[in-house]
Amino acid sequence: MDGFEPKIVGFCCNWCSYAGADLAGVSRFQYPTNIRIIRVMCSGRVTPAFVLKALAVGADGVLIAGCHPGDCHYIAGNYKTKRRVGFTKRLLEQFGVEPERLRLEWISASEGMKFAEVVRDFTDKIKELGPNPLERR
Amino acid sequence: MAKKEKIKLAFYWAATCGGCDVATLDIEEKILDVVNIADIVLWPVAMDFKYKDVEKLEPKSIDVCLYNGAVRSSEHEEIAKMLREKSKVMVAFGSCACFGGIPGLGNVANKEQIFNVAYKETPSTVNLDSVMPMTECEVAGEILTLPEFYDTVKTLDQTVDVDYYVPGCPPVVDRINDAVGIIAKYAETGELPPKGAVVAFDKTVCDECPREKEEKKLKRIYRPYEIKPDPNKCLLDQGILCMGPATRGGCGSRCPNVNMPCRGCYGPTAATPDHGAAVLSMIASILGVEEEEKMTEKEVQELVSSINDQLGIFYRFTLPASLLRRVIIK
Repeated sequence: MDGFEPKIVGFCCNWCSYAGADLAGVSRFQYPTNIRIIRVMCSGRVTPAFVLKALAVGADGVLIAGCHPGDCHYIAGNYKTKRRVGFTKRLLEQFGVEPERLRLEWISASEGMKFAEVVRDFTDKIKELGPNPLERR
Repeated sequence: MAKKEKIKLAFYWAATCGGCDVATLDIEEKILDVVNIADIVLWPVAMDFKYKDVEKLEPKSIDVCLYNGAVRSSEHEEIAKMLREKSKVMVAFGSCACFGGIPGLGNVANKEQIFNVAYKETPSTVNLDSVMPMTECEVAGEILTLPEFYDTVKTLDQTVDVDYYVPGCPPVVDRINDAVGIIAKYAETGELPPKGAVVAFDKTVCDECPREKEEKKLKRIYRPYEIKPDPNKCLLDQGILCMGPATRGGCGSRCPNVNMPCRGCYGPTAATPDHGAAVLSMIASILGVEEEEKMTEKEVQELVSSINDQLGIFYRFTLPASLLRRVIIK
């Protein structure tokens, strides 16, 4: 779709992924400006309601980024997120929303490059999917 | 007792099974207290008043309107708007009015799909001419009309301004008595609770449930027929999908008390707008929590597949009130 600039909400955990995004910034890695980053203390803080709310108010995609398995600052928050994302994707499918609009990535504080790549790739994928099918109500 | 002027009370049913009206009568002799303090001006299930009688009333001349049922058709919407105009206090009574309830599950489909199933596809239906309900048709020179059936079920508060909520499918007798108490106090003193109050508890069903609870770690989900649950232990601990931890209390944990898991009819707590998301979050966190660090993507998918119909289970009573409100139909 021409000229479609998706809105992407990115929930980044304070300890790894937000620092990763920060590193991408200070390293001057280029990535699309479609993402709006929200810092959360842990990817485990992102309840499915956050994802649904983001989609309901017009986000075209939601990225959840947390520490790699084994690295969670709170020991096991990211494991919970992994399962919740699995369930939420299935739920989105039932709602008629493409599950690919929700993406989970593990990005450490040293992976500024990976952060930029993930955002680039996710933005492209959402551009292919087109606008969020949820009509504004 | 000095004869005080009676208050005026209206009951209405929209997209509902009628269970809320029956539950109102379950308060037994207390119903006489209601009649002592109030004149009933509309109660379609029990008394013969006509809409045109209500139409003639002055605005705000009904004191309290108890509206049960979701808004499914133009008639429900019209009457909701009329009763809102005529009533000082509008109460969403029962889960259907509060969150859409079981009729709200109709939001997985639209009008066309529902009509096709109901009037064409069911094996017992013979409809050779494909006659479908219409809002208007001519019979012998007369125009007959029917209310319009909407694509989407709405809650009462998505249709008109609502003052109080009495959730439950149906609301339990104790909470109906609370509601009657509120109405009686209003009749006596004119005092009302703050707007938006929910006649239930702030805590979850687990808070009232007497079963012994342990730290939650589920290996798998069992359907109630698959195991014989221990009557003293938490159903969720035993692997039965009980929605208690994510559901507002006030019901007296009536389902777990009789060995059935909570279905979530009291809706979400004040802490979250979306009941299904709260249940999903709760289940996904405790399912497979042991050795979760070793869990592969495939094992996550197996857990996800172990619950066939997340939408139908997690949003059993609350789909129209949820964040996404309905399934998208392409």
